[in-house]
Amino acid sequence: MSIRTPFEQTYYPPVPTRLTQFFRTNLIWQFFRFLVLNIKILRMVRKH
Amino acid sequence: MARLLILGAGIAGQTAALHAKNRLGSEHEVVVVSPNSQWNWIPSNIWVGTGYMKAEQVTFPLAPVYKKTGVTFHQAKAVSIHPEGDETTAQPFVTVEYTSPEQRGTTANVTYDYLINSTGPKLNFGATKGLGPEANSLSVCTYGHADQTAKALQVVIDRMKKGEPQTLLIGTGHGNCTCQGAAFEYLFNVEYELRRQQVRDKARIIWISNEQELGDFGMGGMFIKRGGYVTHSRVFTESLYTERGIEWITQAHVKEVMPGETAYENLDGEEKSVKHDFAMLLPPFSGVGLKAYNKANEDITSELFAPNGFMLVDGDYTKKPYEAWKPEDWPETYQNPKYKNIFAVGIAFAPPHAISKPMISVKGTPIFPTPPRTGMPSGVMARQVTYNITDMMNGKETEPTRKASLAHMGAACIASAGANFLHGTAVSMTVYPIIPDFEKYPDTGRELGSTSGEIGLAGHWIKHLLHYAFIYKAKANPFWRIVPE
Repeated sequence: MSIRTPFEQTYYPPVPTRLTQFFRTNLIWQFFRFLVLNIKILRMVRKH
Repeated sequence: MARLLILGAGIAGQTAALHAKNRLGSEHEVVVVSPNSQWNWIPSNIWVGTGYMKAEQVTFPLAPVYKKTGVTFHQAKAVSIHPEGDETTAQPFVTVEYTSPEQRGTTANVTYDYLINSTGPKLNFGATKGLGPEANSLSVCTYGHADQTAKALQVVIDRMKKGEPQTLLIGTGHGNCTCQGAAFEYLFNVEYELRRQQVRDKARIIWISNEQELGDFGMGGMFIKRGGYVTHSRVFTESLYTERGIEWITQAHVKEVMPGETAYENLDGEEKSVKHDFAMLLPPFSGVGLKAYNKANEDITSELFAPNGFMLVDGDYTKKPYEAWKPEDWPETYQNPKYKNIFAVGIAFAPPHAISKPMISVKGTPIFPTPPRTGMPSGVMARQVTYNITDMMNGKETEPTRKASLAHMGAACIASAGANFLHGTAVSMTVYPIIPDFEKYPDTGRELGSTSGEIGLAGHWIKHLLHYAFIYKAKANPFWRIVPE
């Protein structure tokens, strides 16, 4: 992550906490998200 | 027996060819004209560009698939359309020039009853001085370009391993580029690769783009529900850039790429430049340069094509300000208004206007993305157009009945942000509708329940799954129709 220097572009955006980062690659949680995302995509496909 | 002629064998062309043959059987003929001998799953080219995949993993030869399915294949590029025939025949035809080694340079006239133009774009590197793999920057637009880029990236990584700091510039190479998503994916895959090879601390990575703000992606960005707020994709995207330590330059029209330096103009009219050791900059797109002639052999190109070379279809091309844009401006059947047996799908059709609000620099230079129309929407419009045409060829209908407007269509986009089965991530986005409708959804332009974005390993798994599923489908393997567009 960039060093946050006042008033520079990287000073303002939100950055994820360690917990958020952990869940991004946590196998159990991501398997659940895999199912959810597939349902979302299939819902999108069915709209056509 | 009637003949459906399909120009191009990309995502849209292949979708059209397989569905057409499936619905027409042996009663009618399906002919494909493509200058390429290989089919390319273009979304995975970004992985070829980092060395994660080889070119052979994203391509396969077209001829055996067409032989298996009974589609006639000409490895040739279309040169001109003659929708009224010529002085000797009333049958419409397309003049093609062969590109296969055996027939290279010879020409032929391929007649048609119905025509689908799905040529994709011309990669217009010439629009920016010094842009492109034959000049001073790299590309991932084709598998060949991506292969070359992977080699150049490894050279830069090797220098970093020797302790030499390097600057990498990635983004768009002109003020009117589209496909910011592909450049975005490449950016984050490079960042991941540098971490994997333990040289990230030696790299300065800079994103340059013609977007007004990060997260625009050529569709004005999107609003999503996140953490109790309705948030613009700009926040989401800036967060990711900050987390990964990537600098960004937006509102930029690249004017010239020199060896080791890129000059650009921004919306304030300022002339700036950035030095780099590696530059992967996508080109703007234009039509492939097809000409059109009437029966008297007079040039009617402007009746079939917009000035940018994309084909005119049933959209509303009236020039109007951003505030007057409506979802109804967007085409529904992709039928040419003058020649009713000609259709254009995928990148080949002319969009009526941009999706992102057009911005002009104080010097008068347009700096805004042109609309994306690749991937899922491209496949859906190809399928619907093919169904309409096959219904007409089979005598079931006399005019197109199915519609595939981007204003009533959603899209799912999986943008890779690092390729690894256990540690990789991808941004998974869904958006509905693609064209914002501020009358129906006054606050955000889109349905919030169907518009979403998140980053995680699951996205990488889906991206990988899609890679294999779409290649399986494009090869017309058993039950290929189960795989949706």
